[in-house]
Parts: sequence; structure tokens; C-alpha cells
Amino acid sequence: MSNAVATKTRNADKVNANGSRIISSRTRVFSYVFLTITAVLWIIPLLWTLYTSLRPEADTNKYGYLSTGGAFNFANFSQAWTQGLFAHYFVNSAIITIPAVIITLFLASMVAFAVSRYTWKFNITLLILFTAGNLLPAQILAAPLFQMYKHFPLPLSISDSGSLLNTYYGVIIANVAFQVGFCTFVLSNYMKALPAELGEAARVDGAGVFRQYWQIIMPLSRPALAALATLEFIWIYNDFFWALLFIQSGDRLPITTGINNLNGVFAQNYNLIAAGAIMTAVPTLVIYLVLQKQFVAGLTLGSSKG
Amino acid sequence: MVGIPALFELVLVWLPALLSVGLSFTNARLDISQPGGVHFVGTSNYRFIAQSYPPFVPAIEHNVIWLLFLTFIATPLGLLIAVLLDFNLRGSWIYQSVFFIPVMLSLALVGIIWQLMYSSDSGLINSVLGTAGKPGAIDWFGNSQINLWAALVATSWKHVGYIMILYLAGLKGVDPTLKEAAAIDGASAVQTFFRVVFPAMRPINIIVVVITVIEALRAFDIVYIINRGTNGLELVSALVVQNLVGEGTNIGVGAALATVLLIVSLVPITIYLGRTFRKEMR
Repeated sequence: MSNAVATKTRNADKVNANGSRIISSRTRVFSYVFLTITAVLWIIPLLWTLYTSLRPEADTNKYGYLSTGGAFNFANFSQAWTQGLFAHYFVNSAIITIPAVIITLFLASMVAFAVSRYTWKFNITLLILFTAGNLLPAQILAAPLFQMYKHFPLPLSISDSGSLLNTYYGVIIANVAFQVGFCTFVLSNYMKALPAELGEAARVDGAGVFRQYWQIIMPLSRPALAALATLEFIWIYNDFFWALLFIQSGDRLPITTGINNLNGVFAQNYNLIAAGAIMTAVPTLVIYLVLQKQFVAGLTLGSSKG
Repeated sequence: MVGIPALFELVLVWLPALLSVGLSFTNARLDISQPGGVHFVGTSNYRFIAQSYPPFVPAIEHNVIWLLFLTFIATPLGLLIAVLLDFNLRGSWIYQSVFFIPVMLSLALVGIIWQLMYSSDSGLINSVLGTAGKPGAIDWFGNSQINLWAALVATSWKHVGYIMILYLAGLKGVDPTLKEAAAIDGASAVQTFFRVVFPAMRPINIIVVVITVIEALRAFDIVYIINRGTNGLELVSALVVQNLVGEGTNIGVGAALATVLLIVSLVPITIYLGRTFRKEMR
């Protein structure tokens, strides 16, 4: 009797290699129908943007936006590129994003090394300050930070405003300060998991603190650093607020903030706006294709410890 | 080694956060070095926003609606999609990619893309309804009765994928023997999920709640790109910025709004950090 029950259960609830249960056919049908409908709804905005961007405005005016008539070409892209300061915007995004990611990871890794490899009185306090800082809404800091930037004198040779306002440095510094908390949190968890004997062995061999950090712990943290670099690149590239607050000259804006001006520059020409939107998305989509695993790893590293 | 990063964090994050509180009790308007100086004015900025600043109450309401919508619609949808994808159906990587793509885009860009969906003269929705460019067209982002909901749909387009990624990782981390044990005890798939799998994902659940609350408080980019957070899209974060730029600059009032946002934000942050670091404090 008990044997028969056991056999029955085993048949009904086989578990496949990945540990997921083999589901009933009703659940399977429901899953496919639900996922297909949702996925179609989800992809429509992107396909619509792409479709609109490939059609000249004259044709969409003539046939309507929901039509197949008229020409398909890349004219909107070249027009948006020349008219919309896109070349400037992309260069500005690179000038801001690349140093910001490198500095963020460098600073965060030093703090993470110190708090995770040494027992120290203010360890937890420090870690809490860093982690909490990253969770605050940026707007809370806006008024005082703007005033601090404005009254921070810089020689005119490096800043034509004579202060940190309207400079790339200002945007880079704000991004670094805001992101360093999250990276510190993730990296300190990662480094804590590395065996303590590594440090002891290095000390016996006479390695100083900085050598332990740079030659032992940093190389071993490479997977976490790669994941965070990908994630932070996307986050800082996607940052809208700091450049909005600090940059006044339109030609110094990074792309994410620059698209705020598309409506004005392109005078409600939706075909040009669509082309601009697609171009803005391209760098992130390339990263998505090439480094998807790193990006997911970065997101989930931060949540692996509750 | 710790000094420089700590200085960065203190001077550029925590000092400004405290200065916001300080400035909120002053009459600073355009600049802290204004003619006549900056003086302590007690709670008058707070009385102003509570009593004679019309957008304040709607902004609070909109932030609450934002939180409720993400909590009860977008986040559960992300969880459901993750659970269905975790069945390892054939072709599930295609579905996964589709939900993943919006996560990579900035909320500013999400606003632009959805404007192409919602526009009253050329948007996809009005084109399908046959009302594009006609008097009956629905101006989804312009009509103050509905634009909050239109913006929430656009925000959810990104939020659902984000939650899906976190739960997919969480589901992979659940010990499969737990599910087997439940199945042998005769539990149905739904029972197994709610009584065994979901509770086992407690660490991820907490992260998801924190992310959802923080995202609701931080919401800014998308309403700013639509109409700078006016006409039905007021949010506290947008009001802070409106008081710091342009004609109506009033630092004291902006700082008071920022302080309100700071105090509300510290509640979920404290609970989360208390939980996370409790073990190590002992």
C-alpha cells in the first residue's frame, strides 16, 4: 500500500535536473498563454519606436502613423544626429561615465577591503553610513550640494564658471559619491567570504596592507568587480538628475539628460524623437547583449545577503 | 585607505542631507549669500508648504498611489512572471529577454518611448482606437485625471522586469528538496509556492520590498521628462526641484520639502539596515 502511494507520488511530481517540478499540462498551457500575451504587450513600445523611427515624417503624416505606406530608411537617424547634438551628448556621456565607474570601484574596494579584512571599531557604523547614503533619494541633497558647488572656487583655467557648476567634474563627483555606498556594501560582503588565511599568509611573507589589497584581494574579487562595473556603467549612463541639476550649457549634457531637450529641438516631430530614443538605447542594448550575465550578477550580488 | 572614500561620502551625501534640514528653517531664497543674509525663521517654511502651497497635498497623495501601484500590481506581476519562467518552459529565454530589455533603459528614456505610445495625435494607442489627431483623442500624459496612471504603467514597464530578475535568482536559490518534500506530502503547486517557496525566499522578499518603497520615494525622472511634475504629476521629489530652479526659486521651501522626503525615506532605510546589520552588531 505505502509502496503504491510512493510510486504514484513519484510519477505525479517528478523533479527534473534543474530541480524544477515537471508541471501539469494545464499549468503549462496557462504559463505559455500568459507569458506570450504579456511579452507581446511588453515588446510593443520598443517595436513601435523602432518602426516610427524608420519612416519619414511626410509619409506618416500622409498615411497615418498606424500604416505601412511610404518609404523606410535611416534619414531620421542622420537628421537627429546632426540636428540634435547627439555626437556631443555621447562624448559627454563617455567623459562622465567612464571615470565615474573607475573612481567608484576604486574607492569602494578600499573601504570594503578595510572593513572586511580587519576588525576595527567603526566598521559597522561606516558600512551603515555608506549603504544608507546610497538609498536616499538624490533630490534630498540637491539644494545644499548646488550651493556647495557654486561656492567652491576653481581657477578659470579648469572651469569657465569659476566653480564646480557646469563642469563634468561636478557631475562625476556627485555620481561617485552616490554610487560608492552600494559598491562598498556588495564588495565588503564578497571580500568577507574570502578565506582569512590569505591575509595571514601574506603578512608572514611580509606583504604590507596596500600590497595585500592590490595583489591578493583585488585579483580575487575580479568577478564581483566585473559585475559591479557593468551595473554601474548602466546606472551612471542612465543618470538623469545630476547633470540636470549642475549643467547649464546644453552642449555639455550627457545623453540621458540631453533627451529632455528632444521635444523642443525636434518640434514634436515624433519620427525624429523615435530615432533619438533608439540611438540613446543602443549603448545599453549592446551591453545587454554582451554582458547580460554580469549585469544580472551585479543586481543579484546586492540582494544575496538579506 | 578609508579616509578619502569616507570623506567623500560624508561631505557629499550626509553633510548635504543635514544641511537640507538646516536650510529648511531659514529664509534662504536664491542663494545662501543673499543680500541681507540668511536668517532663522522657525517652522514658517513648513507652515507654508502645509497651508498655502497647493501642490503639496496632491504630491503626497501621488507618492502614496505610486507606492501602492508598485506594491500591489507591478511587483506581484514581476513575481508571477519569474515563477512561470522558473518552470523552464521551452523558449523561456526569449520571454526573459523581452522583460529584461526595459530594465536597461533610463526612466527618462522610458518616458520618451511611452510618449510615442500615448501621444494624442500620433500615438499608437490613439491610432488603434481611431482617435489620433481627432477631438476624441485621449491625451494620456496631458490629461490630469489620467496621466498619473499612464505614468505608472510606463514606470511598471521597467519595474516588473527588475523584480523578475531578482526573483528568478531567488527561485534558483530555493533548495529543490523543499519542493519535493512538499509534493510528497501532497501539496499542490500553488500551496507549495505560498507555504514553502515564498517563505524560503525571505531575504529576497525583504530586498524587493525595500526596492519598491525606495523607487516610489525616488520617482522623479519620468514625471520630470513628461511635464516637470505638474498638472496631475506632482511628486514630492519634483516639487523639491521646482523650488530650486528657475523663476520660483526658494531654497528654504525646497529644503523643507527635501526634509519631509528625508524623514519618510529614513523609515524603510532604518528598518532594512537594522535587519541587515543586526547580527553583526552583537
